[in-house]
Amino acid sequence: MTWYLMLGAFMFTCGAVGVIVRRNPVVVFMCIELMLNAVNLTFLTFAAYSPSLLPLGPELTQSWMSGQMMVIFVMAVAAAEVAVGLGIIMAIYRLRDEVDLDSMSAMRG
Amino acid sequence: MTSAQITFLILAGIAAISAIGVVALNSPVRSALVLVVNFFVLAFLYFSLGAQLLGITQILVYAGAIMVLFLFVIMLLNLGNTNSAIQKKDGKPLIGIICGIGLFGLIASQIILPMGPRGQTAGAAPGYGSPQAVGYTLFTNYAWAFEITSILLLVGIVGSILLAKRRLKS
Repeated sequence: MTWYLMLGAFMFTCGAVGVIVRRNPVVVFMCIELMLNAVNLTFLTFAAYSPSLLPLGPELTQSWMSGQMMVIFVMAVAAAEVAVGLGIIMAIYRLRDEVDLDSMSAMRG
Repeated sequence: MTSAQITFLILAGIAAISAIGVVALNSPVRSALVLVVNFFVLAFLYFSLGAQLLGITQILVYAGAIMVLFLFVIMLLNLGNTNSAIQKKDGKPLIGIICGIGLFGLIASQIILPMGPRGQTAGAAPGYGSPQAVGYTLFTNYAWAFEITSILLLVGIVGSILLAKRRLKS
């Protein structure tokens, strides 16, 4: 279990470094996807290695199901986020003919 | 060392190398292709954790739909020969790597210290990741969140169409 979590931590760190370092907004989006996937892996690890029932209540608290549900919702949110984010990048590119995150500092177009 | 551990080591190695590749490679197309490899390997790791439905969903949604969207946008933007494809030589990589080592040390210490290098044994019931189990839970206990997610996706569709639409010259 520990090594699954360590892999998740490593992938999350790679994504965070990419968000800091890279200048291309498309690659920054890919790094955000990498971070989301690292968190998904962590959720599934905790789901697979969780004890059978948490002392919280009825079957809602079957913790291995809760982890999988979180992964499903993270995937849905990631899909929506990528669609909107890439639309924003397209709009900026059409407006300015360049996409460079370091020169993109104005909040007004 | 059991065969499960060897499989995990191979898959985790590929995943880690491809995660580095996403950040380190210069061309966005290469980053996207390495990211596809990473998503596939993650799907196999999900299989090894027993979550079959989510592994298949990972391949379909991430490696299929989302990466096609990424490659499509890279193709539309034609970023290959613009300036932003080339990394400037400045202090950012060094600062990023230092921040990354610090962050990884912070998270890893919080994993290793309470868990120990061995960790626990698997506790979930067999078949917990089957489509039947996941679907039953999704449509009973999580039905409300499921409907909210559908509204979110609808808003995402409308928003991206609105953003990507060419403005009419008035």
